[in-house]
Parts: sequence; structure tokens; C-alpha cells
Amino acid sequence: MPDLKRTAEHGAFRRVAFLGGIYSNYLALSEALRIARARGADAVYALGDFGAFGPHPDRAVEILRDQGVPAIQGNYEESLSTSADDCHCGYTDPRDNRFAQISYDYTRRRTSRDHKAWMGTLPGHIRMSIAGRRLLLCHGSPRKINEFLWESTTPSAFVRRLLGEADADVVVCTHTGLHWSRLDAAGRGVVNVGALGRPANDGRTEVWMTLIEERPGGLAVEHVPVPYDHERLAREMREEELPEEFVETILTGYWTTCLEVLPAKERARGRH
Amino acid sequence: MSASVPASPLVALDTLWLQVAGTLCNLQCTHCFISSSPTNHAHGMMSLDEVRPYLEEAERLGVREYYLTGGEPFLNREILEIIEAALALGPVTVLTNGVLIRPETAARLRALSDASPYSLDLRVPMDGADAATNDPIRGQGTFDRIVAAIGILARAGLNPVVTVTEACEGALSGDGRGRLLAFLRRCGLAQPRLKVMPLLRLGAEATRTRAYAEWESLRGRTLTSEEAEALQCSSGRMVTSKGVYVCPILIDHPGARMGGRLAETLRPFDLDHAACFTCHEQGLSCRT
Repeated sequence: MPDLKRTAEHGAFRRVAFLGGIYSNYLALSEALRIARARGADAVYALGDFGAFGPHPDRAVEILRDQGVPAIQGNYEESLSTSADDCHCGYTDPRDNRFAQISYDYTRRRTSRDHKAWMGTLPGHIRMSIAGRRLLLCHGSPRKINEFLWESTTPSAFVRRLLGEADADVVVCTHTGLHWSRLDAAGRGVVNVGALGRPANDGRTEVWMTLIEERPGGLAVEHVPVPYDHERLAREMREEELPEEFVETILTGYWTTCLEVLPAKERARGRH
Repeated sequence: MSASVPASPLVALDTLWLQVAGTLCNLQCTHCFISSSPTNHAHGMMSLDEVRPYLEEAERLGVREYYLTGGEPFLNREILEIIEAALALGPVTVLTNGVLIRPETAARLRALSDASPYSLDLRVPMDGADAATNDPIRGQGTFDRIVAAIGILARAGLNPVVTVTEACEGALSGDGRGRLLAFLRRCGLAQPRLKVMPLLRLGAEATRTRAYAEWESLRGRTLTSEEAEALQCSSGRMVTSKGVYVCPILIDHPGARMGGRLAETLRPFDLDHAACFTCHEQGLSCRT
């Protein structure tokens, strides 16, 4: 059974915008909130990992708190609020871990004490419903905050087991940084909402958010590209002396780090 | 009086290993922990018909990923059909020494990969970035054949994960790792992937270096639930022609056979073997 303690129960909705890992990309976050309003979302939820990778980590957190965006913890919020020494991202490769540590040390140093305390108050999971389907919001997977649910390594039989254990119809998650979804005819399955923090390793500079809404007979899932001033973000990352590898990802749309956790199919789509 | 041993709970059956080529191998590496060789019939070849009931049971249990190994899987005449059947259910990794892979095989593998929504990985081992370090362990002439296999896979658009053991000089240092990655780029891999494996003092390796000593044991230790859950036996099982074993490492140890069907093996396992010490101390997982 997944550990579902610290689960908050929310209500029923019609159209919800979901924001995955923000990774301090406050410029994309502002754009995503504007798009959510323009698209008539009746709620916006953030699925954790507000910091990492990008510049000025407090700015994204301030936007979330000012706008009252309901949110769950990602591994970053869990680590920052408990003064952990690393991000618990779940990488296995020494190079990936070296870059992850640079991100975490910068973010930890530059996140205010008040924001860290707030992160500690967030739930680990949220339950809600859309069109009668029971959604479970989590960061990685229902059973583990830093489990990667990639499209090419999350088979349908495994999803059925996760849904049964979690007593849910749809798992809504992030953590991988790549958006994808697979719902069966009954509207049961996984929606990985992607990430606002960095592009999807596809050579495009946009980042991604996801809308889930009711439609006759079930749910509709739409992964929505979010264009933003990525050149400004790159400039600010350089001013903050963040690694040039990170800047390259923002400017080219291709990942340069966190590569070794990618499964074969997802890796083959990128340049590095 | 011996102290008690900790147990590893089966938290979830995520990973299913299938010893599709038994202990039969075209090579005879001096560090092989199950002493695979052209003449080792301890575990037999598995046909597609033998594999299928395990795949069906695994699907019902919601297994997440499949690993096919041996011995040398490409000695199995039905290996492509077995890969196809497993890829219909989830991601597949094939552990091969590579030397039997011809361009036609690589093209078929590429086609199977393209036809599945799930990832297909090939894992090819080396024991050094030159013949002088590799061949004493893997056999005369194997270095050139492995390099050729990597090139064949790369040209077919497959990107194998290359594994090296700690026996490989410099595998654990940053510089050594950099040299290996640079070498793999020269072999044709634009996005080289490397995994370093600890050695297990079992089978042939127990003779090449040494066997486990008495102190290398988890006896008398208590593991936190986090430590126990990090062990691969908390999330996987290994199927051979002889039944279901706790993990890919202990198939030569009678106490490690847990049942005939997967459902019979969904219970804790006593970590009573010296190899369990390596898994715990070094964080070893046979997964990629």
C-alpha cells in the first residue's frame, strides 16, 4: 500500500490546470497562471518542486503564495523544509548528481526561512474529482515522492496496480519533467503534467502545463505549451552564475543534465 | 550460537527477471558469479512456451519492467519472440555479451523497439577500454567483437547501456569514467550510457580473486525499513527453468528458490547469504 498519510481532500471541479515542476522559472509560472485564467480553469494546482535549476527561487514561491495556489510537496519542498543535505531527486549517475547538488545548494541558500517553513505545511497528496473520476495528485508516484513515471517505462498493467492500491481513477503527477498521459476507455490512467521549469528535451523552448476537464462520458486531457521570455530567464541564470549547461537547456530545448535517468525512448528524442 | 538474520520484505513485485538462456553462454568470463559457460547446464534454456505463463502472471500482478538474461540470451533461438512478448507488456532490458548480434539481429531489435510503446534496452558489458584489460577476463578476441557489436547496435539506432565491473581499471574514478565515455563515443555511441557493477564473490569470481569471508554477512544486523526496501529483492524476482528465485544473483543457492509460480514468492526473504552483504553495503542493483 502506498503511504497516503498527509492527504488533503478537495472537492469536485470541472476544468483544472495542473502545474508540474517549476524549478524557479517564475517567468513561465506567471505565463501559466495567465493561460489558466484565459482558458477558464476553475482551479489551478501545483504539484511540487518549486525550486531547482532556475534563478531567484523565492520569486516563484512568492507568486504561488500570493495567488493562493493550492500545492503539494515535491522532493524539493520535502528536502528544504527538513533541512536535508540533498534534493532526493533520485538520480543514479555521478554527473547527474553533481549538477543536482549545484541546483540544490543554490536553491537552499536562496530560499527564505519563512518559505521553507510554509513548504513543510503542504500535504503530500491531494484528492479531488472531475466528471466523477477520482484524481490523486502526487509528485512522483502515489507510493513514492521521487519515483519517475516515464511514458515508456510505465506499462498499463503497472498503472492498474497503482490505481487499485491508491483507490483512485487517475494519478496526476510530475517529477520526470516530461508530459504524457494514457487514459483507458473508462477514463482511468496516468496524467504526467510535465514541467514549467525547463523545456521537454524536444528542441522547443516552450515549457508545459496540463488541463484536465470533463467532457461527455469522461475526461479530456490537454498538454498545453507555455511560451515565455526564455532569453530573459537565461540572462538571469547567467547573472546568478548557474551552470552554462542549464542555460543551454533553456535556450535550445534540449536537456544537458539529468540524462541518465531517461529511459531509452525518451533519451533518443533528445540531443545529448 | 549464530545470531538471527534480517529479512527483506517483498514491498512490490516491480521487476521480473527471466533467465531465458539458463547458465549457457558462448563466453566463459573469469568473474561470472554464476559460472556461465558453453557447458554449464545448471539452469536450462527457456522456450517461449515456458516463459509465457510467467509473463501472464506478471501482467496480472502489475509488474513494471522485464529483464532477460542468461547465460547469453542470443543463444536462445526464440529470443526475438520472447522479447516481443515481453515488450507487449512493459519495458524490456536484455543483458547480452553482444558478440552474437549481427546487423540483421540489430535491425529486428530496432523494429521490435519501434513497434512498442515501451523502451527496449540492450546491456553490453566490457572489462576495460582495450583488449589488454578486457580479454584476460572475457576471453581472447572478445574486446574486438564487443566493440563491433556496439557499432552494429549504434548503426541500427539502438543505444546500448555499457556495463563495466569494478574489475575494470579506473571504473570508479571520475577520470576513468571520462575515458570510458570518450571511448564509447569513438565506438559510435553519440549518447554513451555507462553502468558500473560491483563484483560478487561467487561462482568463477570466487576463484579469480577470493570467496566471501565469514565477516561478510548480515547475520546479527538489523536493517531499517528504508534499507530493506533499497534491496532489489524487495521489488523483484528471478525466473529460471527451475522455478522462481529471490534474485538474479543467488540462483545457484537452493535456499533462494522460493516457489514454482510468482504468486508463491510474494513473501519476505531471509538475507542469509554473503552476497546479500554486497547488495546492502554497496547498494547493488542488477537493474540498469
